[in-house]
Amino acid sequence: MPAIFGAVPPLLDKRLVFVTGKGGVGKSTVAIALGLVAARRGLRTIVAELASQERVQGLFFEDGRDQFRELEIVPGLFTISIDPQQAMEEYLRVKAGTIGQALGSTRLFQAFAMATPGMRELLSIGKVWELAQLHRRTRGAAPYDLVIVDAPATGHGVGLLRTPRTFADIARVGPIAHQGRTIADTIADPEFTGVIAVATPEEMPVNETVVLADELARDELLLDLVVVNALYPERFEPEEIDELNSALTRTRSALARSALRAALSEHARAATQREQRDRLRDHVNGRLVELPYVFAENIAQPELELLSEALEAAL
Amino acid sequence: MLDGKRVCVCAGSGGVGKTTTSAAIALGMAAAGGKVAVVTIDPANRLADALGLQELENEPRRVEPARLASSDLEVKGELWAMMLDPKRTFDELIDRIAPDPERAEEIKANRVYRELSTAVSGSQELTAIAKLHELDEEGRFDLLVLDTPPSRNALEFLDAPGRLNAFLEGRALKAFMRPTGVGMRVLGRGALPLLGGLRRITGIDLISDLTVFFQLLGDMTKDFSQRAAQVEALLRAPSTAFVLVTSAAREPIDEAIWFAERLEADELPFAGVVVNRVHHDLLGDRAPREVRRSLARVLSPALAARVAENFRDYHVLARRDENNLARLASHLGERRLLLVPQLDDDVHDVDGLLRIHRYLFASQAERDRLVADLVA
Repeated sequence: MPAIFGAVPPLLDKRLVFVTGKGGVGKSTVAIALGLVAARRGLRTIVAELASQERVQGLFFEDGRDQFRELEIVPGLFTISIDPQQAMEEYLRVKAGTIGQALGSTRLFQAFAMATPGMRELLSIGKVWELAQLHRRTRGAAPYDLVIVDAPATGHGVGLLRTPRTFADIARVGPIAHQGRTIADTIADPEFTGVIAVATPEEMPVNETVVLADELARDELLLDLVVVNALYPERFEPEEIDELNSALTRTRSALARSALRAALSEHARAATQREQRDRLRDHVNGRLVELPYVFAENIAQPELELLSEALEAAL
Repeated sequence: MLDGKRVCVCAGSGGVGKTTTSAAIALGMAAAGGKVAVVTIDPANRLADALGLQELENEPRRVEPARLASSDLEVKGELWAMMLDPKRTFDELIDRIAPDPERAEEIKANRVYRELSTAVSGSQELTAIAKLHELDEEGRFDLLVLDTPPSRNALEFLDAPGRLNAFLEGRALKAFMRPTGVGMRVLGRGALPLLGGLRRITGIDLISDLTVFFQLLGDMTKDFSQRAAQVEALLRAPSTAFVLVTSAAREPIDEAIWFAERLEADELPFAGVVVNRVHHDLLGDRAPREVRRSLARVLSPALAARVAENFRDYHVLARRDENNLARLASHLGERRLLLVPQLDDDVHDVDGLLRIHRYLFASQAERDRLVADLVA
């Protein structure tokens, strides 16, 4: 089933955007590149990482800063790494005052809460939701125009989006049910929440994106954008490949042969990538944005700026 | 690296070729004469097809020798493969340890159970280990190769089962719920706000659902504890080998280093690292401009320029990989580091497995020759 795509509002007009995808496809890179686009447009933006991955901040800071706080990495762009334990303590403090604080610090309660399946996800997504509120319950905290969530790998990604509803259903009544339902409604609201899928043009990430799109559609969530990341450049025309092959038979220079082999090998990869990109396009008919492969030793700030410009041009 | 081992756990972050590496390792050990089973979690369709894997079985099935027929490789032993179905593995576990079928059905129908056996992260990790343990106990195979679930964070594989197990054992909750436990005493007196607070935060129905769930589990929670201990012993056994799988890019290497440190700290049997998609340095100490000159005799200048540009980009990645590999190697001590080069295509068929297998199981001399072939 093809995914349903949201037409309006534009991505950056939303307040909460989830960046999802299989592990290793560059979700953090895309999340931060999108954050740079938003910040350039004057939006106070935060990129929130889940499950203490410490990746986004690692792209900017080498030293061990306190990644569980909101940190401004460039003007207008903040990051935070969400720690479920800390999110729980914060939640208890706000919801149940000193009793909550006392409760949250008991080992037994912590063990229970952290061991309850799905609780970590609920607490993390609860914190994300809190960040996206205009009136934040964290005292003295300024509101954000846009919260970008660097979500865990898919499979878990859809699970994460579904967690609040699941908890609401299990708990039925009471504060968790209420909170779960509120968050679930927010996530389901296309005016408020957007979902981006990131895939590299390879078989498995494309498969997962197709499954993700279908699963989101089943939950009546919209996929706003598919980012095809790390696409190799198409450097050679098909007829030139014959020339390269023929050159390979004619030269005995080891250096020339290495260079020709590398060219043929990369051409093969680029061609396979384009097949996979086309398959993705056929299965999820909608907005598809391509980002180039970055030939660099590290993806650091200059590379991120370049990617954010490519992303902005495509948006 | 795997001689004399009975279990090989392939761990690593997502998107680094863990599944294909697991399959290639299993193929290599089967070729050497063993009866080997590879337990995969989420293989690519083409790889599943190539191995004749059927989704619904949840049991290893022998890969027909005809599928592996190749002039390059004689498979002396047997290769078996299975695709793990976490939900079904969980159900089967309940069936096995429930005192009677009625109880098993009641548990499987319980809402808390249904949620935690499917939606929840950790269930894949727990069931993967449970299946490994089950197959090990049956003793039908010389070697079991486990492809771990595709969590983003490799450490999840070590942490998630423990969390879920702690829950199933119901340690914390039971302390509250036992008639003589802290919770009930407190509640009975109505004095301390502990359980009241818990109820206020979570909602009463969640607590009662959980109570019903744990009443259903009853003594079975003891089985979970016992199994957890056995699984732990299996993972620590000298006959088990953890193999880290990574690509040569910075983040997967960072994660591999963390994971390696964690394996060390936990004193788990850590055998070595497989690095996929390595860009070998083909340029050596020659100047980049020599490349264009060397191509001038066989290509037009325009085409030669693009080939040279491509080569320059390739070389950037080769240098990146070299730095990352040096960083990784400094954390490994004497442990094996096996490199698999960047191949032309995604590996999803038996031929591809054979290619990877060649790199993994080559002697040092063969390996040098394979890399030299790339260069010349």
